[in-house]
Amino acid sequence: MDKTTTVDERALKEANAFLCLECGKCTSTCVVARYNRSYSPRRLISQALAGGRLPTPQELSICLTCMACDARCPSGVRFVDLIRELRRATYGAEFAGNCSHGGAMQSLMKLMTAAELNQDRLAWVTDDLKISDEGDVAFFVGCAPYFDAFFTELEVDTLAGVKGAVKVINALGIAPVVLPDERCCGHDLLWGGDVEHFEMLARRNVELLRAKGVKTVVFNCPECYYTFKGDYADVVGALPFEVKHLSEVLAERAGELNFVDDEGEKVTFQDPCRLARFAGVVEAPREVLTAAGVELAEMPRAGKGAVCCAGNGWLNCDRFSKEVQLERLREARATGATTLVTACPKCEIHFRCAMNDPNLGDEIKMEIRDLAVEVASRLENKKAKPKGKETEE
Amino acid sequence: MTPAKSKTAATEEKSKAKAKAPPKKPRAATKARAKAKKTAAPRKARKAKSRAREGFVPRVVVFACNWCSYAGADAAGVSRIQYSPHFRIIRVMCSGRVHPAFVLRAFELGADGVLVSGCHFGDCHYIFGNERAVEQFEKTKALLKILGLEEGRIRLEWISAAEGVKFGRVIDEFVEQVRALGPSTLAPPGRELPREAEAFADAAALAK
Repeated sequence: MDKTTTVDERALKEANAFLCLECGKCTSTCVVARYNRSYSPRRLISQALAGGRLPTPQELSICLTCMACDARCPSGVRFVDLIRELRRATYGAEFAGNCSHGGAMQSLMKLMTAAELNQDRLAWVTDDLKISDEGDVAFFVGCAPYFDAFFTELEVDTLAGVKGAVKVINALGIAPVVLPDERCCGHDLLWGGDVEHFEMLARRNVELLRAKGVKTVVFNCPECYYTFKGDYADVVGALPFEVKHLSEVLAERAGELNFVDDEGEKVTFQDPCRLARFAGVVEAPREVLTAAGVELAEMPRAGKGAVCCAGNGWLNCDRFSKEVQLERLREARATGATTLVTACPKCEIHFRCAMNDPNLGDEIKMEIRDLAVEVASRLENKKAKPKGKETEE
Repeated sequence: MTPAKSKTAATEEKSKAKAKAPPKKPRAATKARAKAKKTAAPRKARKAKSRAREGFVPRVVVFACNWCSYAGADAAGVSRIQYSPHFRIIRVMCSGRVHPAFVLRAFELGADGVLVSGCHFGDCHYIFGNERAVEQFEKTKALLKILGLEEGRIRLEWISAAEGVKFGRVIDEFVEQVRALGPSTLAPPGRELPREAEAFADAAALAK
């Protein structure tokens, strides 16, 4: 690491930081700043512009990179880009904080950079799920098998989301290609500043998918989706395939799916930051839910204004994260919905963890389910309708 | 004599004993055992074995609890028990503290095997710490299984403060087991801990 003490001017320029008006909309939007009074995105930017010292990795780890500030910024400053660049610049410096879960996730990701892996990651594939070795469409599983083994005490079933996704894809008449040795997408390493290992993972994943000759890759995890869509091109150049989030595929082809007729439950939708704000996919999951016949009750802050689940790439987890999660769960409960549907396994993990608070009891408890699970549970039978029929909407 | 004092004395004694007594393992016996394992080993292990360098020295990390197993290592030292030196011992206050992150980190830094050792059930200094250790170890095992690492590279053992002989035996067994499996495929190049031989060469160069 080079010994720069101030923020690099190039990083500031690339993040449009010189356009900052110091209006403070970022800080007033920031869910962390609401609880953590010592944290302020506006101050971080103005200090950097004034040639102040480089923030420490610990200070940088507070940001959730949820992009809520950028969505509100009137001058188009890209604060999350600046944070990412600074984390990269300070990576390797002494980090007095603690990565959440003891850094187990970071270790797993780095271990997956090994050239020769013999993963046993397809144990979840049951007989009723059809996957294939070759084809045009691949399904990128993501870290769900690891999460399932790691978060046993939270009773989260991240594999259910993956199974649900494959079930729905099967219902469209596609048996997706699933890689037996797929690596982590590297999202959290990239956002944690470890670009070296991120690039290794990106190359391996693209290599594996290229070898299969697939034309489209479908994702259930929004983080994997956005990392492929937005960040892989910087490492490997233009991708030799198209990337799509499951909700996009389903919104396009909802008419081919048969849903049960009875009245669905009332659900509310938690927009994952990588899906709504980063990739701009806001309508697709809602269209899918409506097509599936569930009643959607929106939270006041939805779509691009949604509140983050306060998990920031396994970098930091503190009492402020907890406050953010509680606030969001109360908001979800206030809609009168019985189920919180999300499209991201991490939202599910973090909300489940917050719900386990014995002091709050039932006050914030609600059913939480992956979008794919919700849609799969509404499928009538697993056969696709003949093409060309009208959608139910 | 306070327990703390005896602890320090025992530790010193142990390090002295270790420094003085290089292992005199009968080489032929070791090789024969490794050979016997080779024929019985599954395909994956054989593949790893074929990659193994001539004279592969495994790097084993041992997490030992402060109250039983670490004292057991001391007992092995003061009793002058001859056993394999190819392990690095890390003292933790309780085996229940050994989170999957510790084990994963060890593999990330180039360990070939990890041994977690604590008090026998009912003997835990913190009453139920070793029960937590089992939970954590099961989790670690599940994660490493998905990663595709051989199950023989991790082991959970209960060794009391009096079981110096058992400590030596477990280390010998485990080091042999890891030796038969060959180097870990998970160690990313360039992030390896120095191998014993290299470490000694470095030390010799520094002394000059």
